[in-house]
Amino acid sequence: MNAIRHHFAPLQRLLHWLMAICILAMLFIGVGMVSTIMPKYVPLVSIHKTLGTVIFVLALIRLVTRFYYGAPPLPVDLPEPMKLAAELSHYALYALMIGMPLLGWAMLSASAYPAELYGGIYLPALLPQSDSLHTLLWNAHFYLAFAFFALILMHAAAALFHALVRHDGVFAAMAPVPIREEATQVEYRVAE
Amino acid sequence: MPEPRPSPAHSVLGSIVLIGVVVAGSAAAFAYTAGWLSPERLTPWKMLQALAPPSGPALGHRRNHAKGICFTGVFESNGSGAAISRASVLAAGQYPALGRFNLGTPNPDAADASVRVRGMGLRITPPNGEEWRTAMINAPVFAASTPEGFHELLLAAGSKDTNAMKVFARAHPEFATFGAWARNGPWTGSYAEDHFNGLNAFIFTDSSGADHAVRWSLLPQAQIIPVAQDDLEKLGADFLKQEITQRVRSGPQRWTMAVTVANPSDPTADPTKAWPEDRRTIDVGTLVVQRIEAEADGPCRDINFDPTVLPPGIRTSDDPFPAARSSVYAKSYDLRTAEAKDYPRIPTGPKP
Ligand code: HEM
Ligand code: HEM
Ligand code: HEM
Repeated sequence: MNAIRHHFAPLQRLLHWLMAICILAMLFIGVGMVSTIMPKYVPLVSIHKTLGTVIFVLALIRLVTRFYYGAPPLPVDLPEPMKLAAELSHYALYALMIGMPLLGWAMLSASAYPAELYGGIYLPALLPQSDSLHTLLWNAHFYLAFAFFALILMHAAAALFHALVRHDGVFAAMAPVPIREEATQVEYRVAE
Repeated sequence: MPEPRPSPAHSVLGSIVLIGVVVAGSAAAFAYTAGWLSPERLTPWKMLQALAPPSGPALGHRRNHAKGICFTGVFESNGSGAAISRASVLAAGQYPALGRFNLGTPNPDAADASVRVRGMGLRITPPNGEEWRTAMINAPVFAASTPEGFHELLLAAGSKDTNAMKVFARAHPEFATFGAWARNGPWTGSYAEDHFNGLNAFIFTDSSGADHAVRWSLLPQAQIIPVAQDDLEKLGADFLKQEITQRVRSGPQRWTMAVTVANPSDPTADPTKAWPEDRRTIDVGTLVVQRIEAEADGPCRDINFDPTVLPPGIRTSDDPFPAARSSVYAKSYDLRTAEAKDYPRIPTGPKP
């Protein structure tokens, strides 16, 4: 048997935290831009499209690293339903970080809008113009954005619960900088 | 035996409270950013509410400039614009053009003679994927100097209080130029005889990287025959559509695109202020309208003539309108495309 790893690979951790910042920024930029008519609307939309596309590319790279490095196992004493919730929510987070940019891009195409990124880069149209597709994609991009935010809040709450209450090494596995929590985990198990 | 590290009960509680604060705080910051905690924020939605007539908006139609007709043709760029902008659409050549003649009213059934403001939406597409979209009107200046001012104007115009417009005009002396044009400006019997002015200022960047603040206009090449509004009222409610369909059927109609370059001291952020007549003006090309099509199933129907869709070499200036318009037009577009079933794709107007 291979030695069990306790941490995500440094590249995975780098991508996780870099993307966490970008995705949270995207959600805030998204709801901020659609509720303003101020001059900042134009740069916000441009950043939204550009950063969203960067997230899409990073997400694909991240998916590859996930298949390559795998993920450290969850603690053995974690109740089954919680393990399932963790796994399912991770699938959902991956689906959203790949799906949201595709929906945004396709929505622009369906409204015959040029998908122009910062620096005068144009993405090709994914779909022909169509009002019904535009409406469908708009609704998906809109409702999934709120689902994404809710999921991230739950995910962060769970991560903090592992870090502050369970001290079970789950947070350390993804910590942006190495932290010594394994010791805690071992001591905890012994104490039980 | 090592001490178990898990926190004592009160510290667990503390941690849970901390987690709750983090989650609630993030949710509150999100709600604030989305404007849910700021009812005073002027959102695109509020702008649309102010535009809507008391009976509510016409579903499936543009929330303003709702009555219109599509056209297609070409933009013949003569290359003179290349001196002030590196945009490929200003290099000499012929590029496909799609547009829409329209009336500045939220009512798609308004009688043509009752609407003072006429407009043109235009999209020019050079072959490399770039696009230039613009929406222009026949007024020589705009009615408000800021989007907020325009919102106030809409509220005053829609108010039941008969004094509201007087109060607005007193508080906004900049409205006077537009007001005078609305009362005394000439009327024509054809879209082909109308000027269409972009009014907002944009920045052209030339190949050396130098910026030039500009405004653009389409000047009709057809002979202009002024008509009294009273005489137009005797014509049918849709005379403009019928007339332009007839006219284009008998021959393409042309407009010269004139780009006016500001002097450094000219106001770029205020479309109620015309620039002095003597400013350098460059004729950059000719719009040739070759074909008219009804809107209901026509090519302009699902296009948003968003004035911030600009090719590299043209960008927005400190004029606050294009950004506000982009935001509001997008909302209008989202709504009307979602309501497509309320506006069947059956042409009712004249066919080419
Ligand atoms: C935009 C926000 C975020 C997204 C999209 C996201 C996504 C993910 C995903 C997909 C995983 C599964 C591991 C993988 O395969 O990459 C994961 C793991 C993890 N995340 Fe996040 N995350 C976000 C924010 C956060 C935040 C704010 C925290 C902490 C407060 C956090 C803590 C963790 C931890 C501790 C793990 C490891 C869980 C395990 O060992 O299975 N994440 N995250
Ligand atoms: C991780 C990726 C993304 C996230 C989290 C995200 C999130 C959001 C959010 C929260 C909104 C505001 C929804 C509302 O309140 O109405 C929004 C709107 C929008 N997004 Fe995204 N987005 C992403 C990627 C993209 C991409 C890549 C594009 C285009 C290339 C895009 C295009 C748009 C557009 C055009 C709107 C405005 C829709 C409208 O007309 O109302 N998004 N997005
Ligand atoms: C903040 C100020 C303004 C607001 C809120 C506003 C609002 C609107 C809305 C909601 C539409 C319908 C968009 C669509 O559904 O596609 C529209 C169309 C139009 N607007 Fe404005 N507008 C403003 C300023 C202007 C200015 C300054 C001009 C002229 C220079 C202008 C000219 C037009 C024209 C010509 C159209 C019709 C475009 C088409 O054929 O699709 N608007 N406007």
